[in-house]
Amino acid sequence: MPPSMTLIFSRRAVLAGSAAIGVFPDPSPANARTEESPTQSLDVTFEVNGRTHTLHLDPRTTLLDALREHLLLAGTKKGCDHGQCGACTVIVDGRRINSCLSLAVMHEGDRITTIEGLGDPDHLHPMQAAFIQHDGYQCGYCTPGQICSAVAVLDEIRSGIPSHVTKDLLAPMEHSGLEMRERMSGNICRCGAYSNIAEAMAEVAGAQP
Amino acid sequence: MKFDRAAGQNPIDQLHVVGHPLDRIDGRFKTTGTAPYAYERHDVVPHQAYGYIIGSAVAKGRVTRMDVARAKAAPGVLAIVTTLDMPALKNGPRNTAKLFGGPEISHYHQATAIVVAETFEQARAAAVQIETDYGHDESQFDLKQAQHGARSVPAADGSRADRVGDFEKAFSASATRLDETYTTPDQTHAMMEPHATLAAWEGEKLTLWTSNQMIAWNRRDIATTLGLSEDNVRVDSPYIGGGFGGKLFLRSDAVLAALGAKAAGRPVKVALTRPFIMNNTTHRSATIQRIRIGTDRDGRIMAIAHESTSGNLPHGRPEAAIDQTKLLYAGPNRLTAMRLAVLDLPEGNAMRAPGEASGLMALEIAMDEMAERLRMDPVRFRILNDTQVDPEKPGRPFSQRHLVECLEHGAEKFGWSHRKARPASVREGEWLIGMGVAAGFRNNLLTKSAARVRLDSQGIVTVETDMTDIGTGTYTILAQTAAEMMGVSIDQVRVILGDSDFPVSAGSGGQWGANNSAAGVYAACVKLRESVAEKMGLPPAEAQFSGGNIHAGNSIFPLGQAAHEGELVAEDAIEYADVDKRYQQSTFASHFVEVGVNGFTGEVRIRRMLAVCSAGRILNPKTARNQVIGAMTMGAGAALMEELAVDTGRGFFVNHDLAGYEVPVHADIPHQEAIFLDEVDPLSSPMKAKGVGELGLCGVAAAIANAVYNATAVRIRDYPVTLDKHLAHLPRMS
Repeated sequence: MPPSMTLIFSRRAVLAGSAAIGVFPDPSPANARTEESPTQSLDVTFEVNGRTHTLHLDPRTTLLDALREHLLLAGTKKGCDHGQCGACTVIVDGRRINSCLSLAVMHEGDRITTIEGLGDPDHLHPMQAAFIQHDGYQCGYCTPGQICSAVAVLDEIRSGIPSHVTKDLLAPMEHSGLEMRERMSGNICRCGAYSNIAEAMAEVAGAQP
Repeated sequence: MKFDRAAGQNPIDQLHVVGHPLDRIDGRFKTTGTAPYAYERHDVVPHQAYGYIIGSAVAKGRVTRMDVARAKAAPGVLAIVTTLDMPALKNGPRNTAKLFGGPEISHYHQATAIVVAETFEQARAAAVQIETDYGHDESQFDLKQAQHGARSVPAADGSRADRVGDFEKAFSASATRLDETYTTPDQTHAMMEPHATLAAWEGEKLTLWTSNQMIAWNRRDIATTLGLSEDNVRVDSPYIGGGFGGKLFLRSDAVLAALGAKAAGRPVKVALTRPFIMNNTTHRSATIQRIRIGTDRDGRIMAIAHESTSGNLPHGRPEAAIDQTKLLYAGPNRLTAMRLAVLDLPEGNAMRAPGEASGLMALEIAMDEMAERLRMDPVRFRILNDTQVDPEKPGRPFSQRHLVECLEHGAEKFGWSHRKARPASVREGEWLIGMGVAAGFRNNLLTKSAARVRLDSQGIVTVETDMTDIGTGTYTILAQTAAEMMGVSIDQVRVILGDSDFPVSAGSGGQWGANNSAAGVYAACVKLRESVAEKMGLPPAEAQFSGGNIHAGNSIFPLGQAAHEGELVAEDAIEYADVDKRYQQSTFASHFVEVGVNGFTGEVRIRRMLAVCSAGRILNPKTARNQVIGAMTMGAGAALMEELAVDTGRGFFVNHDLAGYEVPVHADIPHQEAIFLDEVDPLSSPMKAKGVGELGLCGVAAAIANAVYNATAVRIRDYPVTLDKHLAHLPRMS
């Protein structure tokens, strides 16, 4: 994920065409932000949920707004736009990030997974199914971020990446409630479904020892 | 349908669908990011432009000049509307602070302009190029100072206090007395979805896709504010990313999206930025509460007084922190009173369980202190002072009241008998361990609610009402209600909510949503059952609905057959006579908490939480439990961290974002338990249900504060209970 500014400025992507060239089947072309902006725009090409997109963007556009306003993938939420709430969590090259704290043009060549890439209403990811079963949400607004974070957290623990509460860095890491709660603490749920989210995660973690 | 007496046996009592812990029917959309919230309605109208709102940098005074020339010339800008472009817009009845228009500024971050541009980035960049000059006025931001000039809020009879008996005399004659003052800070809703609106005009017709708890209020208030006919306004709010009272009312996002869209000649969408929300919108007001309790030698309350002072803008309302004290405990001599100071802070208004949440934070510490003075167990002290009638009007009973059962059951479940009455007497290593209890209390409000139900030839039942689901589970419980009434499975029911084109419901607030809106669907389904029976030539009184069929005697037909010649549609409302006047309707809970307090650092960790709730029939135990544990989480915030810090010089909330205003996170919350007593309340509605969403918050913070005291022996009467307040007084650890 290192932002390769040389790539961005190579204009490699520009050759692909004007704007929003990707193979994404745009449900509402009228609303995609394809207008030529008077601000100098830059091209960026990245993969979202397995599809390659080239976007022609105002360089101030965050990854979050690129997803929500340009690719119309509104499942990723804007709760604070300041990296304080976690609602915008997506998985970039296997690691979760706050997409509001990252400019889209920094993601040249990256592989991005959003909530839409984990599953859809008829083909749920096990974590999505567990959230439904354990009622791990109320209003639903932090939920995509919670789920992306939860999926990435289980992977972090499996990969032996330590956290603030990891007592023994050499011992095999456990999917303990303490570890999961600590690692999930960047994802605020004001409705307060934490206890249920912990149960959903424990169930999925148990299924993938 | 008029509800004027206790409900008898009805189809809901079958409990084939109602009362079961079903998964939410909207869950697969929320978990896959496919539930559309207000700012995401790319599907409804083309050519949407972006709005960005700026607000006043002074708390009180006036805007003397706004220079928009540079902003107007900025790239991509389509329109700018400033507060100097129009006179002050008229408020709806529930707003205190002006939302927009005119030079006068009555609070910090009052909206002063919207910039509309082709992109969000352009609108934001242009907005900061607006130059604004202000004139300042004298102002008051400090409740502690302003309380001395606070005026009395007239009691029911117009006097300065509600009185029963002679409080002063009884208090001075009491064997054991308590007279303490408690404070609660300003708090903010901090719902995860910012206030957001997409506005589009078609001639004089305005459509708002917005995030609002009360669709009919919103529609009426935007019509008032913009001088429109209500018929020309449509409001649509199918998904709401949390509200907690912060989205009860029309706010600046909707007003300015509409004004910006008019000026730009384009649909405009706006979300309030997170750092703008806490000063631009409403908050729960801080309180200073004096509580006096006097008992006889046996611990019976002889005299109880609760006086609360809060502040608000001129013409604002007080935080009614005394409300529960009128009804929660027995006692022949009583006094409750409120005073309201004028403060030039942002508007104080409803936040989850307004009144009781703050009032119980104080009262339930006072009860704990009183029990200790009496050397009585705090559970037993509360049970001893239970009342089965309205203590101010003893001829008026509660419809149901099982507070004693909540306390007893909770004490047993929680292992309360292991609590040591002497504080600071349990240690585990460096941790001081304590247990606390509090009672929870919140009224059950009855309000008219309408719905429409449709039946198609496939036997699909569709529910339409302007009711909202703010995370409460409304979609699911209304589907359960319709399924139960029409004898179909829940997957045969569709529910469409939040559209002002639909019949007006109770809306979401005051924990009145579930019982009333479900009763509205019940009423509409009763009518639909009659139409179906008539259509099939069956006697309506004998017709049974089950298994997707209607049957009577030997006749049985698939439900959809009644709609073969065309959809059947029925609409009705539940309307209440005076059952809530004759009977006090309330909900009750006990809250039990165990905490650990680090003896060296003073850090508080919640180890266990239990709530036992008495709230009538529970329509869906899964969603109801979530309401309660979520409220317990908010109560943990109120107890331990939440406080809007007031800059008493400049007059604004300083920590106005989610990093500065701390709310509980995963690591703060242990596994939580919520238990519902198995009961029905036939006086609440045909559903026999009551509210739970606010009950779960009421009393939690005090239970935590009491547990901290039990751990440390340091009594803190000043919320939140942060470690700086007890660190210097903790028992010696060595």
